[in-house]
Amino acid sequence: MAVIIDQNKRVMVQGITGREGRARTRLMKNFGTNIVGGCTPGRGGQEVEGIPVHDTVKEVVDASGGDIDISVVFVPARLVKHAAIEAIDAGVHLVVLVPDRVPVWDAMAIAAEAKRAGADFIGPNTLGIISPGKAVLGMIGGNADSAREWFTPPSDDLTNLGVISRSGGMTSSCGYYLAQAGFGLSTLCHVGGDSVIGMPIPDVALRMQLDDETDGIVVFGEIGGSQEERLAQLMNEGRITKPVICYIGGKAAKEGTRFSHAGAIIEGGRGTHDGKVDALTQAGATVVDAFGDLPDAAREIFSVDRANA
Amino acid sequence: MARLHEYQGKQLLATAGIGIPRGGVARTAEEVFDIASQFGGNVAVKVQAWVTGRKALGGVALVHSAREAQEAAEKMFTLHFGNFPVEEILVEELLDIEDEFFVSLTIDDANGSPLLLLDCQGGSGIEDRAESIARIPITAEGEISHEALQEVTGDETVSRAIAAIVSAAKEHEARSLEVNPLVRLTDGSIVAADCRITIDDYAVYRHKDLGIDIARELDHPPTELERVAYAIEQEDHRGTFYFAQLPTEGCEESNRLIAFHGAGGGGSMMSMDAVSNEGFTLSNFTDTSGNPSVAKVYQAARVILSQPNLKGYFGSGSGVASQEQYHSAYGLAKAFREMNMAIPAVIRLGGNSEDRAVDILQDACKDLPAPVLGFKKDDTPASCAGTFARLVEQTDTTNDSMQRTVPDFVGTGAASHFPIKCGTLWIDHLAPEIAEIVIRHSSGLLEPGSDGQPTPAEDIRDKDSELIACEIECLRAGQAVLFVDMPVKGLE
Repeated sequence: MAVIIDQNKRVMVQGITGREGRARTRLMKNFGTNIVGGCTPGRGGQEVEGIPVHDTVKEVVDASGGDIDISVVFVPARLVKHAAIEAIDAGVHLVVLVPDRVPVWDAMAIAAEAKRAGADFIGPNTLGIISPGKAVLGMIGGNADSAREWFTPPSDDLTNLGVISRSGGMTSSCGYYLAQAGFGLSTLCHVGGDSVIGMPIPDVALRMQLDDETDGIVVFGEIGGSQEERLAQLMNEGRITKPVICYIGGKAAKEGTRFSHAGAIIEGGRGTHDGKVDALTQAGATVVDAFGDLPDAAREIFSVDRANA
Repeated sequence: MARLHEYQGKQLLATAGIGIPRGGVARTAEEVFDIASQFGGNVAVKVQAWVTGRKALGGVALVHSAREAQEAAEKMFTLHFGNFPVEEILVEELLDIEDEFFVSLTIDDANGSPLLLLDCQGGSGIEDRAESIARIPITAEGEISHEALQEVTGDETVSRAIAAIVSAAKEHEARSLEVNPLVRLTDGSIVAADCRITIDDYAVYRHKDLGIDIARELDHPPTELERVAYAIEQEDHRGTFYFAQLPTEGCEESNRLIAFHGAGGGGSMMSMDAVSNEGFTLSNFTDTSGNPSVAKVYQAARVILSQPNLKGYFGSGSGVASQEQYHSAYGLAKAFREMNMAIPAVIRLGGNSEDRAVDILQDACKDLPAPVLGFKKDDTPASCAGTFARLVEQTDTTNDSMQRTVPDFVGTGAASHFPIKCGTLWIDHLAPEIAEIVIRHSSGLLEPGSDGQPTPAEDIRDKDSELIACEIECLRAGQAVLFVDMPVKGLE
């Protein structure tokens, strides 16, 4: 089992003929993702990486003869709202929104439509999701060879960790350094750097809690917002019981200055580094002070757990 | 910045049909006197500043003569709030207030929807009554239930005004909009007595009428360099370039001031923490990521190096980048060469094509006055920061002595030149065997012309990144004969 994505899920790509769409379709296909089609308005009839291109999501759904589980969106930020709603209305179950700089009212409109239709979305501003050994969505790893080299698939012989991150680059970093430290990786998920996102840390953590291939959850959190606090709440309620190991970035950041992404800003004293560390620590998570300490902390926790068992 | 001043926010509310006090904005104490005189001197004098609790900080005065208003303004114009000097003062008629309401629209990240916080006691101390504040959902279309508003306010006119405020927030794509207080006057009319709006940075392009010049949240007025950087970002949408200058007061003479160039928000913040642990003061925070063009990384490095008093240049991102890292290596190498780098640079280039990236950077910069070192994903931020600290220790210069130079053939009649995006490609007049080398390194962009000289084989205007790569590869082959002249607007 894996959360969100595996090799059987039927996936399509919106904006497949663009610069990013093409490059990432190659990555996804070569890594094992089951891509059944793509679309770009006005480009129907073309092919990208041997994958048929249609004008609309509906046409992809019809041509592929059934349900599309997931659509990965690579269109300009100003068109993301339209693309996401088109996919949701065509019956796609999960939409992955890669573009950065999507206006927040557009993100909220997507959230409302997804809720109405019972669909999910990840992002905006997500690097993607990867289940090593199975499939990838988005652009994690950049190319299939790197993704295979960097991320060890989960196996019965290893302790397998899931990674949830608010930073794209750090999703890969967490995965790579944990694999180097001898862990298997079930799924790496970049939830997206924005403040309004479809599947925040607590939602992904709940899925990993139910995943028999995930033994523990590693979280790269950041200042701003309330995702880390809500994860702590789930731990307090006993809904997350697997070990949680966290790093919270932005200790040196000052209130009122935004550090690159829309989510990482402390406003009105909410979402501070200290507040997040305290909430998670009190809920029983292991919070490391330096990012480089994550793998060692994970090793320590799991050898302790094994001794207890 | 995407934060609007009180008077700007009130103008938006007025346009949406919501009452606002009569008055005007002044930039001098004399103007304050003039405006106050129109209201018989009975006015509120309010600094326009992004700060909470303005009144307690001496930023608001309620006066009863124009003379008093002017005196209050004279004091206020000497104030600073954070790093912002007071430049504008709003002068408004005094209001006969009967009731006050606290009205605040915020974006609830947990629910992914807007939310209205509403309380029937406005004014100060609202933080202490957090429990009693009503929370009313708002749709993504900017609609709010009239019944829910009525339940809290019990007043049709007030409820309608609040619905109009919510609608204005949606129209202008506010991330937050607070009216504290919304007031009912003794004559029954409803007036927004204060207003704070922050517009979504990502939506500013749809609201050119608001006149927001730099859609970035900073804790200081945008500096000249921040404006230069912002313009670069607006003109090139390949990847992201973010540049903010940080407070360095008292550090200028410390010999610990350095430039910071991150890649990716999370990796940048983590790297910033690592280099700060070595006792350095960061002159700036920069992030180039999302697969930026070579040109964008080059321009970012040029902007970064335009800050004074730098002792070194530290670059580091996530360390395991999905993007091809050689693009960044070309951009940095070009900037460091043009500036004849005299301060050490340590760049952590871990990720895809890291071997190639480190090789390009170190080889192209090997004859510069100061060491330029590249590192890979197995080098931790802490170890890179340690190496950097040792190199800075051994250097006794700052970047103030550095100046941009371009090759002698640039601008001469002997060289051929071609326009490209953001600049000009210059190629010296070449011997046939050297022309052959240049063409070989051009990835097919150049071919022999009728005179044997390299000539564009296709439309090269958008090939700025590839041409910079060609320039660096020619250099590495010992032939400094091709140059991409890409002046940064506002720097040269």
